[in-house]
Amino acid sequence: MTDAALPHAAVDTAAPAKRDFGLKRRHAAEFRFRLYGIVAIVIGLGFLAILLVSIVSKGYTAFVQTSITVPVEFSASIIDKDNERATNPRVLVSANYPIVARNAVAKALGVSIDDKAAMRDIAKFVSDGSRSTLREIVLADPSVIGTTRNVTLLAAADIDSANKGQIDLTVPQDKRKVSDQQVAWLDQLKQQGAISTPFNWGLLTFGASSRPETAGLGVALVGSLYMMAIVLLCALPIGVAASIYLEEFAKKNRFTDFIEVNINNLAAVPSIVYGLLGLAVFINFFGMPRSAPIVGGLVLTLMTLPTIIIATRAALRAVPPSIRSAALGIGASRMQMVFDHVLPLATPGILTGTIIGLARALGETAPLLLIGMVAFVADRPTSPLDPATALPVQIYMWANEAERAFVERTQGAVLVLLIFLALMNIAAILLRRRFERRW
Amino acid sequence: MSLESAATTAAPVARPNAPPKMQGDKVGVFYGEKQALFDVDLKIEQFNVTSLIGPSGCGKSTFLRSLNRMNDTIDGCRVVGKITLDKDDIYDPSIDVVELRARVGMVFQKPNPFPKSIYENVAYGPKIHGIARNKADLDEIVHSSLRRAGLWNEVKDRLNEPGTGLSGGQQQRLCIARAIATKPEVLLMDEPCSALDPIATAVIEELIDELRENFTIVIVTHSMQQAARVSQKTAFFHLGKLIEEGKTEDIFTNPRNKQTQDYITGRIG
Amino acid sequence: MSAGWVVAIVLAIGAIAYFFSAQRARVQRDASDRSKEVPHSLPTYHGWLSFIFATVPALLVFLALSAVSSAILESRVRTEVSAHLSDTSAASLSIGIVHNVSSALNRLDLSGANVPTSYAALRDMAKSSGIVLADSGEDYMLPLAASVNADAAVHKLIGQGLTLLLSLAGAAFAYSRIRLRLRARNEVERVVLWSLLAASTVAILTTVGIVLSMLSETVHFFSEVNPLNFFFGTVWDPRFAAAGSGGTEGQFGLIPLLAGTLYIAFVSMLFAVPVGLMAAVYMGEYASSKVRSTVKPLLELLAGIPTIVYGIFAVVTLGPFFRDLSAALAGGFAFIQAQSVLTAGIVMGVMLIPVVSSLSDDVITAVPRAMRDGSLALGATRSETIRKVILPAALPGIVGALLLTASRAIGETMIVVLAAGVAARINFNPFEAMTTITVKIVNQLTGDLEFNSPQTLVAFALGLTLFALTLAMNVYALYIVRKYREQYE
Repeated sequence: MTDAALPHAAVDTAAPAKRDFGLKRRHAAEFRFRLYGIVAIVIGLGFLAILLVSIVSKGYTAFVQTSITVPVEFSASIIDKDNERATNPRVLVSANYPIVARNAVAKALGVSIDDKAAMRDIAKFVSDGSRSTLREIVLADPSVIGTTRNVTLLAAADIDSANKGQIDLTVPQDKRKVSDQQVAWLDQLKQQGAISTPFNWGLLTFGASSRPETAGLGVALVGSLYMMAIVLLCALPIGVAASIYLEEFAKKNRFTDFIEVNINNLAAVPSIVYGLLGLAVFINFFGMPRSAPIVGGLVLTLMTLPTIIIATRAALRAVPPSIRSAALGIGASRMQMVFDHVLPLATPGILTGTIIGLARALGETAPLLLIGMVAFVADRPTSPLDPATALPVQIYMWANEAERAFVERTQGAVLVLLIFLALMNIAAILLRRRFERRW
Repeated sequence: MSLESAATTAAPVARPNAPPKMQGDKVGVFYGEKQALFDVDLKIEQFNVTSLIGPSGCGKSTFLRSLNRMNDTIDGCRVVGKITLDKDDIYDPSIDVVELRARVGMVFQKPNPFPKSIYENVAYGPKIHGIARNKADLDEIVHSSLRRAGLWNEVKDRLNEPGTGLSGGQQQRLCIARAIATKPEVLLMDEPCSALDPIATAVIEELIDELRENFTIVIVTHSMQQAARVSQKTAFFHLGKLIEEGKTEDIFTNPRNKQTQDYITGRIG
Repeated sequence: MSAGWVVAIVLAIGAIAYFFSAQRARVQRDASDRSKEVPHSLPTYHGWLSFIFATVPALLVFLALSAVSSAILESRVRTEVSAHLSDTSAASLSIGIVHNVSSALNRLDLSGANVPTSYAALRDMAKSSGIVLADSGEDYMLPLAASVNADAAVHKLIGQGLTLLLSLAGAAFAYSRIRLRLRARNEVERVVLWSLLAASTVAILTTVGIVLSMLSETVHFFSEVNPLNFFFGTVWDPRFAAAGSGGTEGQFGLIPLLAGTLYIAFVSMLFAVPVGLMAAVYMGEYASSKVRSTVKPLLELLAGIPTIVYGIFAVVTLGPFFRDLSAALAGGFAFIQAQSVLTAGIVMGVMLIPVVSSLSDDVITAVPRAMRDGSLALGATRSETIRKVILPAALPGIVGALLLTASRAIGETMIVVLAAGVAARINFNPFEAMTTITVKIVNQLTGDLEFNSPQTLVAFALGLTLFALTLAMNVYALYIVRKYREQYE
């Protein structure tokens, strides 16, 4: 390099010496630099893939539920042994249905109901949720008492796991939750064709439960639905009104500057701070109920507002000024100009921004934890003032449960959440494609 | 073609003794601190076409926009002096700017139809001003406006198609139809042909001459031939000042001012 | 008559006023001669104006009167209760009981002579109707509650009467004003403009609400715990004292939480910044448009995934994986804990990749093309152009973008709640658990808590600290980015 850098001795007529620019080294550096970029992208996409694969592979089994279909004898001696249902209908509500279920399974397996030890194992075979299943059948039609009919009962969570092959049978019997006897019974029932794995509607309809097989997202879905409705009803009108004011009417002065700085900062405030705001203002100051979707909805409204305002202002700004002059030029007032022309043209952009804001609100967890949405709610709320949970909060609560079947349900619930978010984002993309206007 | 011959042969004769429809009295316009227009005194005569000419940035568009207070839409813009419409001061606080713009309509440089149907484009003005009493009334206004804008035969079968689908010249005539549908008394045109090809320009110029029957027209134009062809009165602006005004043939054949002469012979501009 | 009915009736009056006013304006218009006098506003505007006159003042007065009434009654209960109490600290409890008694009397439909004289008697009556009252009520509360109820009824009657009268008066006034030249449109539009303005102040109100609510609770907290012990304490141990036992004051040292917060944020930035920045550079400078149009939305998917999902991923997949990996490497002893700074940091880093890359993409594309072309024309390779020209030119903007990212990392909650653990300690081994400010806010406020204890109030002090920290970073970052943009505009 140093030699070649001193070409002063070269003869005039000779071709200029090929100078060394260190090209080899520099191209190697170029190659490495490109490689870093590719590696970075591979890392990003790799994590996305691992994330999705881990959720789907761990969660898809939550969408089916092992069920046992056996002939159930609605024995009058167990359900209503004193034959007083005509006078006291409450006996049918409080009857010992688990015994009915247990006996039915025992019969199908050919186990004597006098074998106390075997019966205890069988009792753990069927979900305790069979109580409500059988009760509903009897209450709907008391004449079923004394007859036998085929009923599909939920298997207990451990049996469900065993059926899905999630339990390691090489582990010694006393260290796992399913005994060899139970596994043998499971195989026996399978051979009889009594075991089925239908779609797990319970995951989407049941409320909170301490038993995994009867725990579901029903309450959480209703709660999230209420909250989304409140966010939509509050954040969209307020956000659009605020954007119209700032974009079309506000003069540039310190007051509008102040509002603007405020909005930009609110968009970056950690979401948990909104939870503290909700707790202090809505619950303690205004005395609204804890755990209620109304409070959650209002908190999420305040959180979503900056997103909607920023999107709406961008959409309004994209409407060309010539439309505004045209309207004003024929004597429309500014208000008529905005509501007759500018706003309709900005609508697709506004809706896209709103859907994206809603999707963010749907997945938001932290502020809801602080306003008491971490609650064990078994019954679906009938109004936004009733206690409820939310989809992501339910995921958080299940994640804190130790049982194997809850892990599966947690991942299943994550899948449900991601499916909802995907649908919303697809809707936003379609909306943008369909109505995008180039000026 | 020499300018002189164009002016003398093509310019229609001004109406004798036309009363002033609008009048500017020492009009000045400020954008913030910067003054863009100085002490303009100009009479706009009824049922005549007045053209405002001058090099870019001379203030002719600014003056035009102050005639229907479109300047109000610009932050920091301030108008001093007095502009009257039929003796009413249009900057008087008691004047509703919306009503003013219904009486003094405007057509813009670039055709700017609303992205709605042709029918809705023309019907919008009459609707918001409550000019039509019923649907039949409104139909009649839309049809006659399109006819007078010379667009009826081209669009009568597709009134429900979007106005943005028309050609540039058709769009501009649609904008003129839209402007005259509110039955304004004065029509302001801000370089209405600068975005159009020569054939479309000719159609519009012909239209302007017909519209003079019912409307008082003020037109800003870059083209001196156009000013000579369509207008009876011409005002020449330079550096924010009104340099000279008068009958179009006088301005073009016999300018009194040196700057005017320089401009129309192409030495400045 | 309930408040809902009052609102409904007022709205109905408004609707009727709308209909008749629009009708009247239409008649006047049709009778007029356009050549003499042009109607100013469309009939619908006259209708809306009457609607506004009939509803807005009436409803505002209704709201104001309700607020005044409850303030009067509240202060009366307060003075009478404190006259009966020697210990003022129990006042809020007694006031609560009086309110409960009031509502119980209402629900049992008891008033005047029917009110029982002893609290115990009322409790029994309430119990039989399924209403539960506290044990610690006293007899003096009954007449007080009854007379409060009577007053409330009178207030309500006055308020509702005034509201309806005002509504009718407004409607009649607006109807009588209708003239051809009345500027109804301008007046309606002014009202609309004011409501648009009001909507845009919600942003200010939110900020004020955040600051005031947290500030007042924090002041409350500092009245019980020395601020110096909070800001400079190195031990976090907010023992939950049994209610009323007193004496066992916890320790509320911020330092271990702050250390954990910053440490985890640092690890996540260490991961996210190189990856995000290089991804942005590669996509902006090298990738073909085809690659870009698929890779970019895929990376942005990472930004759309809720943080709870990242948290679950950390706790179910990545944490156990690191633990098992370390156990395999060290021959049985897992030196990486399942919940650790490393796990939380990496997962948070993955979440931040799209944030870093989209912010720096904006910054890089703002560098003028001419600079790039100038460097390339000198024979510099692309990577040299990027490293020596573009990145230095974009540096201030990138710093701003990184500050914004860091503030996201500091305020992030769900990932650290699930993946970082709850152990508040100062520790610089990334393989062990640490905790953060946000985790402790959640810990202190979930579950059933007595609201006024320092154990819960500390959450607001933590929240205020977090808010101040992120606000300062955001304001400074936005300032830098704006300066940077202006430089190239």
